[in-house]
Amino acid sequence: MALDQIYDHEEIKKMQLIQKLLNEFQHDFPVTSTPYVDIAERLDVDESTILELLQELDKKSILSRVGPVFRPNRIGVSTLAAMAVPEHKLEKIAGIISAYPAVNHNYEREHHFNLWFVVTAENKKILDRTLEDMEAKTDIRIMSLPMEKDYHIDLGFPLKLIDGGCSHD
Amino acid sequence: MIDERRLISVLQKGLPLITHPYAAIASEINSTEDEVINYIQLMQEKGDIKRFGLVVRHRKLGYKSNAMVVWDIPEKSVDALGQCFGQFDFVTLSYRRPRNLPDWPYNLFCMIHGQDRDDVKKNLSLMIKSCQVEGVNHELLFSTRCFKQRGAIYIHCHEDENKSERVEL
Repeated sequence: MALDQIYDHEEIKKMQLIQKLLNEFQHDFPVTSTPYVDIAERLDVDESTILELLQELDKKSILSRVGPVFRPNRIGVSTLAAMAVPEHKLEKIAGIISAYPAVNHNYEREHHFNLWFVVTAENKKILDRTLEDMEAKTDIRIMSLPMEKDYHIDLGFPLKLIDGGCSHD
Repeated sequence: MIDERRLISVLQKGLPLITHPYAAIASEINSTEDEVINYIQLMQEKGDIKRFGLVVRHRKLGYKSNAMVVWDIPEKSVDALGQCFGQFDFVTLSYRRPRNLPDWPYNLFCMIHGQDRDDVKKNLSLMIKSCQVEGVNHELLFSTRCFKQRGAIYIHCHEDENKSERVEL
């Protein structure tokens, strides 16, 4: 079905703008005095349109933040940690782990090792101490799998909001 | 001289959505806009910053399913295959990590994304075929719940978001 039968013209224009914004500025965001003005010029709109869109994406929790993704182990150290948690304890243990500011991602995965999380620290000593502390608090052994070699890290996604059938609510 | 620790700490919270975001950051760390911009560019050149831009929560954008694929790869092939896997759009990470025998025989980790589980499995088949790893021992670990997701924070000055997100499957 043609898009213009579902959405009015303004909505389509807005979706196209969001798509461009997300596709072009997950990388190469301007590091200039007025980055949002520069983006607006590139996309042929005004700055307030860009700022309002970003605020909206932020409010909808689509936008996490605008800023740097640091290369792992350049600024600090990190490790991928896994635990095999008895199912009935999972929520509680996950809560304990997530409460550490040092933890960013924390996922349940379908495996004997069912809780996977990334722990970061300024240095190895602090990292090890954090892992020990987690084991003591949860009484569950941690399997620590620090990165040895990075073949590819790129969390900037190609987005197809309009033509690819992704949801865009 | 710019205080690198403080700059990184402020940058990790994200740029404010205002006309002169770098100037605002500068005033927060008693620096100048020029110094902040130059230092960010320096970190980009050095490779400390892998990318700079909009950081989106991909779960909100139709990439509802993600899985970690882990492979048991002989040492001599791990570099070539890590690179081969890393070239796909839907692969966001490709890392070598240590094995943890006997519990964990896998040494190459990829994150793959898709709009649903079938899409992820289709993507995995494509990787296996393209990189010619039929018969190589691997496992696909789907994530079922995300307890925490945010950018890596290596330097902790502020407690940050700590949302638990129930994922619809």
